[in-house]
Amino acid sequence: MLKGLIIKEFRHILRDPKTLLILFGMPLLQLLLFGFALSTEIKNAPIAILDHAKDAQSYALQSKIFSSGYFRQQEKLKNEKQIAQSFEGGKVKLVLVIPPKFAEQLANGNHVEIQVIVDASDINTGITLQNYAQSIIQNFQQQIHPTSKPFMQIVPKVRMMFNPELKSVYAFVPGVSALVLILISAMLTSVTIAREKELGTMEVISISPLRTQHIILGKVLPYLLLSMINAAFIILVGIWVLGMPMNGNVLILLLECLLYVLVALAFGVLISVKANTQQEAMFISLLSMMLPTIILSGFIFPVESMPWGLQQISKIIPASYFIEAIKSIMIKGGGFDLIWKPTLVLAFMATLLIILSIKQLKTRTN
Amino acid sequence: MVNQENIAVKAKQLTRKFGDFIATKELTLEVKKGEIFGFLGANGAGKTTAMRMLCGLLKPSSGEATVAGFDVYKEAEKIKKNIGYMSQKFSLYEDLKVTENISLFGGIYGLNRKEIKLKTQNIIEDLNLHSVANKLVRAIPLGWKQKLAFAVAQVHDPKIIFLDEPTGGVDPLTRRQFWNEIYASADRGLTIFVTTHYMDEAEYCHRVSIMVDGEVKALGTPRELKNQYQVNSMDDVFTELARGTSTK
Repeated sequence: MLKGLIIKEFRHILRDPKTLLILFGMPLLQLLLFGFALSTEIKNAPIAILDHAKDAQSYALQSKIFSSGYFRQQEKLKNEKQIAQSFEGGKVKLVLVIPPKFAEQLANGNHVEIQVIVDASDINTGITLQNYAQSIIQNFQQQIHPTSKPFMQIVPKVRMMFNPELKSVYAFVPGVSALVLILISAMLTSVTIAREKELGTMEVISISPLRTQHIILGKVLPYLLLSMINAAFIILVGIWVLGMPMNGNVLILLLECLLYVLVALAFGVLISVKANTQQEAMFISLLSMMLPTIILSGFIFPVESMPWGLQQISKIIPASYFIEAIKSIMIKGGGFDLIWKPTLVLAFMATLLIILSIKQLKTRTN
Repeated sequence: MVNQENIAVKAKQLTRKFGDFIATKELTLEVKKGEIFGFLGANGAGKTTAMRMLCGLLKPSSGEATVAGFDVYKEAEKIKKNIGYMSQKFSLYEDLKVTENISLFGGIYGLNRKEIKLKTQNIIEDLNLHSVANKLVRAIPLGWKQKLAFAVAQVHDPKIIFLDEPTGGVDPLTRRQFWNEIYASADRGLTIFVTTHYMDEAEYCHRVSIMVDGEVKALGTPRELKNQYQVNSMDDVFTELARGTSTK
């Protein structure tokens, strides 16, 4: 009985170009959109360098800066006057001034000042570039004097754990996965159940001897499989195309995805109990899933800077825990010792929602 | 004394309340095997609630009922196996092929692969659907869909079939043809429990009941009812009853 239902569900999906497009087109589109168009990362920013030293170390520093991929040399400056001119023309976003006798000073262990001058008219870009430059200089210093103390006065020392190059991909791959998985799983299941209600086939199915569990499983299993394929797909694109690291255990990662997808699917079934039309189902899913996931999960806006009330809401959003777990696994290579807490919360949410959705469907008949 | 063996549907003071609202009040009726029973009533008269109780979808608040010999309280699962159901939406999956619909519902009702194959052949043969067997249901004409839905609702050889306004939105000629199908099935011993809005269809039924405000106000053969109300058509019977309540 169940087999027939599952085959039927796959036929529905495969014969509906709209569903297929949402299922496989949307994840890719969102991933690439967030990856490239909405990226906060800046590449190949035009900068200028005023090198007073022109020695081995100053050249080494420059080559490090330009090989980073974040900067390209727009101009070589000869004197201080040209700095203002370059900025005024808008030709460069950042100027680096290397003091005279750079190598000698470094060798003597003296205090050296490198000026990092940033075009702050675009404040976000400016701060990002300043951070890039700072990181590279720090990195350079550590290479020549692994044990020495910081020698720059112009900028405070900023330490960026796990993401020294400020790659935005670290933040958005887990975020987009969270968003896409919850949308696909919750929206598509609720919409297909609502569609069967609209068409009247749900009535025929419920009059049949099929049990509630079978009806739910027949809906949920195909989407579980497709969502897991989607999860793997998103992660692979994240790693191969967008350069996300993968330092942890793949099985643990897939387990987290599974838990999260179950939460989303159960949500979808719950929505479908309330929604009688496809439009309603779509609307409720978008409102209750997409917006909170984007805004309150920490995906785009840091939870720490939210007011107390919103922080509490963020705690009941499944995506918050999923993102935490995924980041931990992929970036820090964390195992269960690091992610037992979000894993437990997700498992708890999944169990609760599945029980709730089966109960809800049953009470409809009494 | 009616032989219990010959009773397909039996309801005694079957009642369903939703809060203070009584949707179906003390429904009492018997439907014999092989009978075409017309279950009439205006929208909101309580037909659907009564039918849902008889199909094992909704628990009654009080009263008794058996369908195909099974109790609606305790044996809803057995009832479900022994009844067929078809609504005016024809309830087929439009994006599945004709044959796929047959095997899906065959599978849902627990038929094995061999039985499904045989059923599929029979239905295609009987309804002369050879040319569209591998087409999506979406692509076949409405009249064919209706006949197919009726056949699919009987895929598991039920004892009783519930038809919920099965001819809604269909032209008179197709309706007439559909009633021929209904007669053919009834001749084979199938019990038909049908709701309809069309009073000309009420004339085709062996017996009818007319529900007003949750209660059965009239029950009998179309001829008996017409005599009782001294009118010439079921349409007039219906109007009489409706008028009776509106002046109350």
